[in-house]
Amino acid sequence: MSVSTCPSEPQADDTSANGLDAIDRAIVLATQAGLPLVPDPWGAVGKPLGLAGNEVLARMRRMQANGMTRRIAAVPNHYRLGYVANGMTVWDVDDAHIERLGREVAAIPGVSHCYRRPRHLPEWPYNLFVMLHGRTREEVERQAEALRERFGDACRDHRILYSSRILKKTGLRLARRLGSPR
Amino acid sequence: MAELDALDRRLIDAYQRGLPLCERPFAAMGECLGVSETQVIERLRWLQQAEVLSRVGPVFDPARAGASLLAAVAVPEAERDAVAEAINRSPGINHNYAREGLAREGLARQHDYNLWFVMTASDEIQLEARLEALEEELGYALLRLPMVEAFHIDLGFPISWAELEAP
Repeated sequence: MSVSTCPSEPQADDTSANGLDAIDRAIVLATQAGLPLVPDPWGAVGKPLGLAGNEVLARMRRMQANGMTRRIAAVPNHYRLGYVANGMTVWDVDDAHIERLGREVAAIPGVSHCYRRPRHLPEWPYNLFVMLHGRTREEVERQAEALRERFGDACRDHRILYSSRILKKTGLRLARRLGSPR
Repeated sequence: MAELDALDRRLIDAYQRGLPLCERPFAAMGECLGVSETQVIERLRWLQQAEVLSRVGPVFDPARAGASLLAAVAVPEAERDAVAEAINRSPGINHNYAREGLAREGLARQHDYNLWFVMTASDEIQLEARLEALEEELGYALLRLPMVEAFHIDLGFPISWAELEAP
């Protein structure tokens, strides 16, 4: 997507550190809770912003291409689908093997996230976070046991942390004005 | 679990990782699935209303859209709800989960991290300022867990429909 396709409205020059200009931000704010479910969603998003549908689409494509959006998708609510047990598993994995094991684990079905994070010794020895989803805690435990076997001697310890309550979950929301206190 | 038919499942399987970014995305989806644009739109509306889909739209990368950090705090159970409310009130919080399962013998009480949240901000400086302000308000140290490397980001995973249906 070429940058030259963007019109040069004055407000479009207000590009913030994350590469979004004022028009991109307006589109983000208008779409972050979901696209309008109508035949021409881009036109519907653009109308109140004074933008043509193809301009909105071009910007959505660009945000996708540059990694600002991971995906523009039908986002399932796993809990509602029956995956009511979600276990955040944390692993103390040998640094020498974490690259290989992290990649292997990421490919396993039922894994939604797999991240390396820093240890904080002595109280926090875990450096690999793997989010597992199942219908029951027993299912999550079986998945974790399979991971334990795969890690073998490279894993010193692990824990499964279940969410007992969701106290807040909004998904990522940009502030109305980036950088301003809310 | 909501009653989902074959079309609902195919919509989720085919499009949880991404919609076609074309002029008429729902028409394109209908073409692939052998149904009309109107049927696709009506199903998506219903799935959203039934909360089977949390939304049909963009998933932003928090690391690209600003700064964010997973943090945890260990608080006594009696104080947990009050602390959770204080966390939720502070700016930039987008997830906050009570989690259990860490407690074990030999683990000091102050290391039983039972509240887990994601703090966001427009940049790293604002993020750190927010974390420090929250630490001061709570009177508890936060465990800061920045992402060092993503082996698998949240792009969904294949739904095991048969397993979900099994008794």
